[in-house]
Amino acid sequence: MLDILFYIVSAFTLIAALLMVMSPNAVNGAMCMIAAFVGTAALFILLEAYFLAILQVLVYAGAVMVLFLFIIMLLNVEEIEPSNRKSMRSNFLAVLSFIIVSGLMISAFSGEYLPEPELLPVAANPDGSVVSKIPFTTSSKSFGYSLFSKYMLPFQVTGFLLLSGMIGVIVISKKSTEQLEAEALLEKERDAS
Amino acid sequence: MNLISNYLPLFIPVVYALLMVSVFMGLCSYSVLAERKVCSWIQRRVGPNRTRLPLIGNIPIIGNILTGLGIFQPAADGLKFLFKEEITPGHVKVGYYYLAPIVALTPALTTMVVLPFGRYVDSSGNIQPLALANIDVGFLFILAISSLGVYGIVLAGWASNSKYPFLGAIRSSAQMISYELAMGLAILPVFMWSAAPGSEYGMSLFGVVQSQQGLWLGIWQPLSALIFLVALFAETNRLPFDMAESETDLVGGFHTEYGAFKFGLFFVAEYAHIIMGSGIFVLLFAGGWHFIPGFADPWPDGYLGALLSMLWFMGKVCLMIFFFIWIRWTLPRFRYDQVMALGWKILLPLAIGNLVFNTLVIAIIDTF
Repeated sequence: MLDILFYIVSAFTLIAALLMVMSPNAVNGAMCMIAAFVGTAALFILLEAYFLAILQVLVYAGAVMVLFLFIIMLLNVEEIEPSNRKSMRSNFLAVLSFIIVSGLMISAFSGEYLPEPELLPVAANPDGSVVSKIPFTTSSKSFGYSLFSKYMLPFQVTGFLLLSGMIGVIVISKKSTEQLEAEALLEKERDAS
Repeated sequence: MNLISNYLPLFIPVVYALLMVSVFMGLCSYSVLAERKVCSWIQRRVGPNRTRLPLIGNIPIIGNILTGLGIFQPAADGLKFLFKEEITPGHVKVGYYYLAPIVALTPALTTMVVLPFGRYVDSSGNIQPLALANIDVGFLFILAISSLGVYGIVLAGWASNSKYPFLGAIRSSAQMISYELAMGLAILPVFMWSAAPGSEYGMSLFGVVQSQQGLWLGIWQPLSALIFLVALFAETNRLPFDMAESETDLVGGFHTEYGAFKFGLFFVAEYAHIIMGSGIFVLLFAGGWHFIPGFADPWPDGYLGALLSMLWFMGKVCLMIFFFIWIRWTLPRFRYDQVMALGWKILLPLAIGNLVFNTLVIAIIDTF
C-alpha cells in the first residue's frame, strides 16, 4: 500500500516539476511548481515527517508561491520569448548538471542497500538531565528542542544568511541619493508648470 | 467476508469523512439563510419567508412557522444554482476559469479534518477528542491548508481576463499575505501557554482546548484574541475587509465573470471559511466544548457526554457565526489603504509586542 502510494506521489511530483521547467507560460509554470511542492509534502507525510510536510505547504506552496503568482500577474509576463543567444550555453549547462546528478545517483545507489543512518537522540532534555536524552521523534517538540540545543549553530547561521538576503534586497531596491534628488527636482518642475 | 474485514479499516474513515462533510455543508447552507435573516432583521425587513416544501409545509401550524422562518430556503437557493444556465464568457482562460472555484472550496473543506468538535471519556477514564485526525501539529495544518485558499481567488481573478476581477484578486492576495503574519504571531503566545514544558499535547488543537478547563484563553489573553479575530475577518474576506468583492467599486470583485454553479461554489467556500474560522476561534479562545469559565464540565462520561459536549461546542460556533454576520451588517467597508495600514502598522507591531511580553512573562515564571 505505502509502496504504491510512494510511486504514485513521486511520479506526480516529478511530472509536475518537469512540466514546470518545460512550460513557456509563466502562470502554468507557477501552478506546476505548487503541485510539485504539494507532492513533496505528500512524500514527507509518507515518511511520517508531518511537521516538515506542513511547513513545506505553509511556507512554499502557501506563502512563497502566492508572491510569485502575484508578481507574474502584476507584470503580466505570461509568455517568455525564447532567446536563441543564451540557449547554447544553457543547453550545455543542463547536460553537464544532468551528468553530475546521474553520476552522484550511480555512486550512491551502486551498493546493495541504501545506508540507513541511525536516528540520533536529541541532545538536551528539557528537564536538564544529560543522561536521559529524549529520543528522536517526528513530533514538532523534538524538532524544537534539537534546533535550540544540538543544532543551534546551523540554525543561527541560516538565520544570518536570510538576514543578509534581506539586506541585499533593500540595498538593490533602494534608490541612490542622486536619483532621489533628480526625482525631487522633476517633481518641483512639474508643480511649477 | 474476508474482503470486508480487510477493507473495513479503510472504509470507516471514509464514512466518517462523508458524514462530516455533509454536516458541514448543511451548516454552510443554513448559515447562508442565517445571513439573510439576520441582515433583514437588522434592516427591519422580513427576509425570506415564502419558500414552502409541499408535504412538510402543509402541516397546519408548524408548516407556516417553518415557512415564515425560511427553513426551506436553502434548498431553493441550491436548486437555483444548479439549474441556472451555465455561461462561460468568451474572453476567459478556460482551464483556470473552471479550476478556480474548485481550488477555492477544497481547502475550506480539507481543514476540518483536524478540527476537534467534542470529547469522549472512554470506560478507563481517558479523555479522547472527537475529530477525524488528531495530529500533533493541528493548528499549523489549518494555517497551511487555508493559506492555499487564496489561489482560488487569485486564479479566478486572473482567468476571468477582465479588469474588475483582476483588481479584486490583486487586492485580496495582498491582504491575505499581510494578515497571515499578524494571525500567526497572535497565535504563538496561546501555544506557548498551553504547550508548557511537560505537557504532552504539542501544537494539537485538542491540547489547547484541554488547557482551558476553568478559564478560557480569550479572557486572560484578550490581546491575542482580538488580533486573531481581526485577522480572521480579513482572511475570510468578510466585511469590513471584503476587498476581494467590494461590490460598490468592483462590481462583484473576483467572481464578476462567474455564474450559476461555479458562483455557488465560491459562495459556499466563503461560508465554509466562516464556519471554520468560528470553530477555530471557539477552540482557541472560547474554551471549545468546556462549560462556562469557573465551572467544571457537567458532561457525564460515555456517549451522552460526548453528544452534550458536541452540542455545546456547536452552540458556541453558531454564536460566533452570528457575530460574523452581525459585524457584516453593522460596519462599513474599509478603504484599501486603511486595510493595509491596519495590518502592517497596527496589528503586526501589536502582535510582536504581545509575543515578546508573553515570552518575558513565561521566562520570569520559569526562573523564579
